[in-house]
Amino acid sequence: MDVPAHLELTDDQARAVAGDQGPGVQRAMRIIVGLARASGAARLIPIGRAHVDGVLYHGQASQDFADWFTSVDARVAVPTTLNVAALDLLHPWLFRGDEAEANTGRRLVDAYLALGCQPTMTCAPYQDRDRPGLGEDVAWAESNAIVFVNSVLGARTARYGDFSDIAAAVAGWVPDAGLHRPEARLAELVVELDPDTEDWLTEESGVGALGVIVGRLAAGRVAAIVGLPDATTEDALKALGAGAASSGSVAMFHAVGLTPEAPTLEAAVAPDREPTRIRIDVGAIRSALASLATVPDGPIDAVALGTPHFSVGEFGRLRTLLADEPGPLRVELTVNTSRAVLSEITESGWLDELAAAGVVVVTDTCTYLSPTLMRNPTGITMTNSAKWAYYAPGNLDARVVYGSMRDCVASAKAGRVIRART
Amino acid sequence: MTTRTVQGRRLVAGSASGPVLALREPLSFWGGVDPVSGIVIEPRHPDVGRSVAGQVLAMPAARGSSSSSSVLAELLRIGRGPAAIVLGEADEILVVGALAAAELYGAVCPIVLVGPAAYAVVAAWPATAIATDGTLTSG
Repeated sequence: MDVPAHLELTDDQARAVAGDQGPGVQRAMRIIVGLARASGAARLIPIGRAHVDGVLYHGQASQDFADWFTSVDARVAVPTTLNVAALDLLHPWLFRGDEAEANTGRRLVDAYLALGCQPTMTCAPYQDRDRPGLGEDVAWAESNAIVFVNSVLGARTARYGDFSDIAAAVAGWVPDAGLHRPEARLAELVVELDPDTEDWLTEESGVGALGVIVGRLAAGRVAAIVGLPDATTEDALKALGAGAASSGSVAMFHAVGLTPEAPTLEAAVAPDREPTRIRIDVGAIRSALASLATVPDGPIDAVALGTPHFSVGEFGRLRTLLADEPGPLRVELTVNTSRAVLSEITESGWLDELAAAGVVVVTDTCTYLSPTLMRNPTGITMTNSAKWAYYAPGNLDARVVYGSMRDCVASAKAGRVIRART
Repeated sequence: MTTRTVQGRRLVAGSASGPVLALREPLSFWGGVDPVSGIVIEPRHPDVGRSVAGQVLAMPAARGSSSSSSVLAELLRIGRGPAAIVLGEADEILVVGALAAAELYGAVCPIVLVGPAAYAVVAAWPATAIATDGTLTSG
């Protein structure tokens, strides 16, 4: 194949392109070199691990691309985790779609497992104990995972997606481009939060709404956010990133004083360029919160939590909230999580407790992806996830109201929207 | 004087020609284009209801989900994909969708980056031909 003139390959890489490492690596290199041509990269760099989103079925092309690798017995060159699939493989009865559709989803997962990927089936691989560290180059797909790994962990990934994720995993090399380059990680936009926003930003729903604002303002640029509360948790930063990656193509942000590449604002912005500065006041946060609802407050049919996948810490908060609020759940309450977190809460006994309270725990997938996972997907659903609120109306025809986890629990028990404050 | 040619940078190789469908806003293929018909389905998009099939699709920028690669490849598989894509801003997600469709199905969907200024020029053309060197010609 043609290697563009701007791309200098090492001897190993040139041999891989020539097919010396087998047809699987050669095929992967065709995609990687094609990407390097598009980005103008000068070299390819090694990655330490990969996270693959292509395991979610979008049509025959999804299966054909996986089979393009399995048919020549390709294997991933680095530890590779899998994103969510179309169905809950651990709890298949939750899938109310037809059998053919379920089998299609299963067959694609099997192909990726045959390539040596790990059956993690989560959009939040960063919640694993073994996760990428500061400065590590990785090839991650899934927009919320990309923004978290870059921003909160300080590992480096460009925006990989279907096809480029598994090609990178099989090749073990990626173009030295995008957010792999240190200069691309500096902020071009500074978002300054008014002190009066702080009350709203102690809840993940408020931080998620801020994420939606940042996504709209930044589009694909890196933003540095100044003024988040010191006590902002990883769970809140997860909500921020997921919101920003839904409304824009945000792949990285800095939270000054909180994230590893932004000990100070000066460290996070390019020294030679004056960044654009924007102030966010409480009015903007409240209007972003309101913009995530498609219907006014009133009766609800369901509550959907865990987009991105719930952490152990979030299950802990849910447990406390359920215990503090009297009475049974009046509507279906679903929580998406990973197999790893499910096994932790099973061992600790929390799962039994949650199941007794009527909570439905979904793994391997996400309730916004398939209209078959909730009893009434087109009903009115309350969520604390900006990402769920953003995508479910299109994917499921769902009607959505948005609020904090506390409000979601109170509302699930009342059967209508209850808010601690308005 | 009307500009008749624009030099673009080839992101995905190939030649193509066809009517120009210039999108008025960025679009995510995933969730935004029906993978069976090629019709824009995002309700809030100003070009909702139009088909990308056989068009030289001019996009000021791509947007949103990384699953757009799959939707583009699927459209090219069933012959409902665009003839070519002209971008105002680079986008690696569409590039890899076109690369995968080329490998799997031999589908040709050149992608050319022209930058924001030249994008406005191409967007006003009724039709265009794209040469293998990335040159776009009006009509």
